[in-house]
Amino acid sequence: MKLVEHFEAGLDAPICLTWELTYACNLACVHCLSSSGRRDPHELTTPECKSLIDELRRMQVFYVNIGGGEPTVRRDFWELLHYAVAHDVGVKFSTNGSRITPAVAAQLASTDYVDVQISLDGATAGVNDAVRGPGSYATALRAMGHLAQAGMDGFKLSVVVTRENVAQLDEFKAIADAHRAQLRLTRLRPAGRGADVWDRLHPTAVQQLELYQWLLAHGGDVLTGDSFFHLGAYGDALPGLGMCGAGRVVCLIDPIGDVYACPFAIHEQFRAGNVRGGGFEAVWRGSELFAALRGPQSAGACSSCGQYDACRGGCMAAKFFTGLPLDGPDPECVLGHGEASLELVDQAAPLPKPSPDHSRQRPSRACDESPLTVIAG
Amino acid sequence: MSVLDRAWTVPEQVALRPEAFGALAYHFGTRRLSFLKSPELFAAVRNLEHHPTARDACLAAGVDERRLAAYERALGTLAETGMISERETAAR
Repeated sequence: MKLVEHFEAGLDAPICLTWELTYACNLACVHCLSSSGRRDPHELTTPECKSLIDELRRMQVFYVNIGGGEPTVRRDFWELLHYAVAHDVGVKFSTNGSRITPAVAAQLASTDYVDVQISLDGATAGVNDAVRGPGSYATALRAMGHLAQAGMDGFKLSVVVTRENVAQLDEFKAIADAHRAQLRLTRLRPAGRGADVWDRLHPTAVQQLELYQWLLAHGGDVLTGDSFFHLGAYGDALPGLGMCGAGRVVCLIDPIGDVYACPFAIHEQFRAGNVRGGGFEAVWRGSELFAALRGPQSAGACSSCGQYDACRGGCMAAKFFTGLPLDGPDPECVLGHGEASLELVDQAAPLPKPSPDHSRQRPSRACDESPLTVIAG
Repeated sequence: MSVLDRAWTVPEQVALRPEAFGALAYHFGTRRLSFLKSPELFAAVRNLEHHPTARDACLAAGVDERRLAAYERALGTLAETGMISERETAAR
């Protein structure tokens, strides 16, 4: 049995576990995977978080990817971070950088087993701020400066590749290099609020090919979290496992303890259980959803495609949130089968929406209306 | 001198997690993850510190002598990436 087949059958514990600590966020990025904004009143408490960390240690989950929301807005964030690393659970956390002061950066640099990932979605303020909000580029660059100054070498600069920034890959690499950081590129998913902007922000077919060539040329220096395995169907495999790890080697724990198959699949259909009560291990080992994901998968409409072994049908979440069948092509299938399938999607049927939506309420039209009406002559 | 003829140990910063295929090895310092793709390799690595040479650790783990070359390569990679480190003293 090949290693990848073991992975497909599921491991005793995840390799890559994402833990969104809070849905609260001081930004409102248009493509937020977790539809974050407001804190959920049922967030795991500090003792619950610590007992989860104890369990992760017992399961030998060597590190967690902490995100949100903006995880640093949780008042017990630093307490939990230190608790985790003191208990052999390394932490990599994602942040927009707003709380990375020079003092925090110095403390991070002196803490073992902690890694930081700064999110930036444009190599220029114009491109970034259109997605992440006004001032967010300056905030991220300031944080990166503090981390570099503190000697936090090798921290991550994390970029979601979009139609608007795919031409800036060299610039992103230069920004990372200038801060002795490592560039990490991930795929835009139509998950959370990403579903609202997918049509206008996901890379075009031409851009996907450019991205693929760029990744082949820079493979060794750039991390991708195995994000672009669907591009393997162009021919040469990209570095990584080249498979969907959802529920097999990957999963997500959300702020209220719900366990989902992957960070891009926050929807009732992909919810495996909750850590409250029986704990995480019981969900990881006992969930029917995970058992199904670890069983034989049907290639469906892709079974006649010669590239199926390369892309394995692509991303489950990308299919689900664009209304495509899970046993068919990815919406960004590089051979164009996804676009053909999308034309068959029943336009009258509503697309699935992310189950919990913590987006801050946008002001309604009525409240937003100017008390003054001017009719131009 | 070959990797097989030297004495090794698993550094404190490295953790091993058994899996059906063998084990995961994680280095907390470099954040590097490696896959030990056979239960015999896992057993050999876990035994390293109890044997005067890696060869002895492999044989004690049930590795077939004819396959030692593959284990030499695997242990060499683990050594290069800091997953195992050389030790001076004889078996503990």
